[in-house]
Amino acid sequence: MAADPCIQVEHVSKRFGKKIVIDDVSLNVHAGEIFGLLGPSGAGKTTLVRMIAGIDQASEGAVRVLGADMPELTTMKRIGFMAQSDALYGELTALENMQFFASIYGLRGKKKKERIDDMLELVNLADDRKKPVHQYSGGMKRRLSLAIALLHEPEVLILDEPTVGIDPVLRQSIWAELKQIQKRGTAIVVTTHIMDEAEKCGRLGMIRDGRLLAVGRPDELKSETKSQTLEQAFLHFGGVHQ
Amino acid sequence: MRVMAIVVRIIHQFFRDKRTLALMIVAPMFVLLLMDFVFNGEEYTPVIAVSDNVPDAVVDKLKEAGANVKELSAKQARKQLDDQEIDAWLNMNGSAPHITLEGSDPTANQAALATVQKAFQSMVPTPSFQLKTTYWHGSSDMASFDYFGPVLIGVFIFFFVFLIAGVSFLRERTNGTLERLMATPLRRWEIVAGYMIGFGLFTTVQASLISWFAIDVLDMMMEGSFGYVLIITFLLAMTALALGMLLSAFANSELQMMQFIPLVVIPQVFFSGLFNLDTMEEWLRSLSVVMPLTYGANALRDIMVRGQGWSTIAADIYVLLGFTVLFMVLNVVALKKYRKL
Repeated sequence: MAADPCIQVEHVSKRFGKKIVIDDVSLNVHAGEIFGLLGPSGAGKTTLVRMIAGIDQASEGAVRVLGADMPELTTMKRIGFMAQSDALYGELTALENMQFFASIYGLRGKKKKERIDDMLELVNLADDRKKPVHQYSGGMKRRLSLAIALLHEPEVLILDEPTVGIDPVLRQSIWAELKQIQKRGTAIVVTTHIMDEAEKCGRLGMIRDGRLLAVGRPDELKSETKSQTLEQAFLHFGGVHQ
Repeated sequence: MRVMAIVVRIIHQFFRDKRTLALMIVAPMFVLLLMDFVFNGEEYTPVIAVSDNVPDAVVDKLKEAGANVKELSAKQARKQLDDQEIDAWLNMNGSAPHITLEGSDPTANQAALATVQKAFQSMVPTPSFQLKTTYWHGSSDMASFDYFGPVLIGVFIFFFVFLIAGVSFLRERTNGTLERLMATPLRRWEIVAGYMIGFGLFTTVQASLISWFAIDVLDMMMEGSFGYVLIITFLLAMTALALGMLLSAFANSELQMMQFIPLVVIPQVFFSGLFNLDTMEEWLRSLSVVMPLTYGANALRDIMVRGQGWSTIAADIYVLLGFTVLFMVLNVVALKKYRKL
């Protein structure tokens, strides 16, 4: 396998004023891979994915996505992003929200309609498409956000805590969906602080206080530290020994 | 085009939020209507004192014209003018009538003057008739609703557009959608342009309806062209729109947006020509130079009261355009807070 990784993060640091939020992080994500970023809240996961998505700029180091140095607008068109909070227009219907974002990504005409219909079907919101979003439940909003992130068939998909506040059944269906998208060759980055969700990722980056503690497949990380669970492995890498 | 996506979205949002739409259009009309009631109200019945040298025929005509007539001596009349018990005092200087107006209330002045003129005109057919007028207090330059009406149109349009634009853009910031937009390939200027066009469509409707309401329904004085009034109100609205968006960058909540009203809107109201600034210190007066409303109000008054055309208002138009462009550019810069690119 000679293909360049879709996402290359090289010695990236991010400072807000004097505070170091991300400290010398390097990692690669390949096409068709689900890469999980596991860590407690405040660890810097969101800041890291924001830099990958091109919203924030690294203070030091380089973020390269699909061969382009981020941030770069034409590359951002090939990235799908789902923010931690549902950034939706509450007074608009699901359909109108999707039409808006579809137009921004340059979809139009028949293609636009098709993609919207497919995605609404996918996240099981087709029947509620005409409902204003402020009437949606939390789970429905998460699903709509996901559908919007997928609209323009991105080659890189970044999901910031996609399953927070979602019931287990729905969480399972979202993961099933992610596996489907992965099979089509999309590189997926998921942040999470839930250990058993992290198990489902192809590879995992453990992050705490802005530093990447370890990277590897979930089973590798466990066997390397002779741990039964990822939680124990995380504690081990974090320098806490039992 | 991506800008159009924003425009279409804003239109959708507006029709969902009918109350805001109504506030934008009905509220200014409502306030103007109240102002009209207060200042123009029912026809005012003037109380006019006449000296005993005024012919009985004139007194009869005055009563016929609807005045409340009192016969007073010169001394009594002066005393009652001081006490504001009468609105005017009519006296004869030989054959020439002389009216002294109390003067502090424009409505009363006009009513008294009109009544007396009417009375004389109906009995003396000759056009050579001259009514000598003096003011006890005040002067003939006193403002009336006609005089500050144009300013009020400008003020209300500015105020409501500023508030609504500021709050909607603030909402885009606080509920995360602005940040979400920053994860798309949208350029910063496209966001600003989308907002200006989307809101611009509504402010055009708003400005037209309010101008029509003030001029045709409230019968405000209108000497110039309606088209010019529309241009000015539209530009004022666009300036307010861009300024509201810009200041929303410095507010964290709707309440903080409201706090800009006394800081940004009220001073402009004071300086825009509603009140006479001639007695103010010169350096203070020059503050009005940086206030967009000054130019809008000035142009509106030129058009509506003085019947002026393009050559007079052109400078005001350029200044308003300049303010709009300046605020738009600052908006594009302010969005850097969310994304450098």
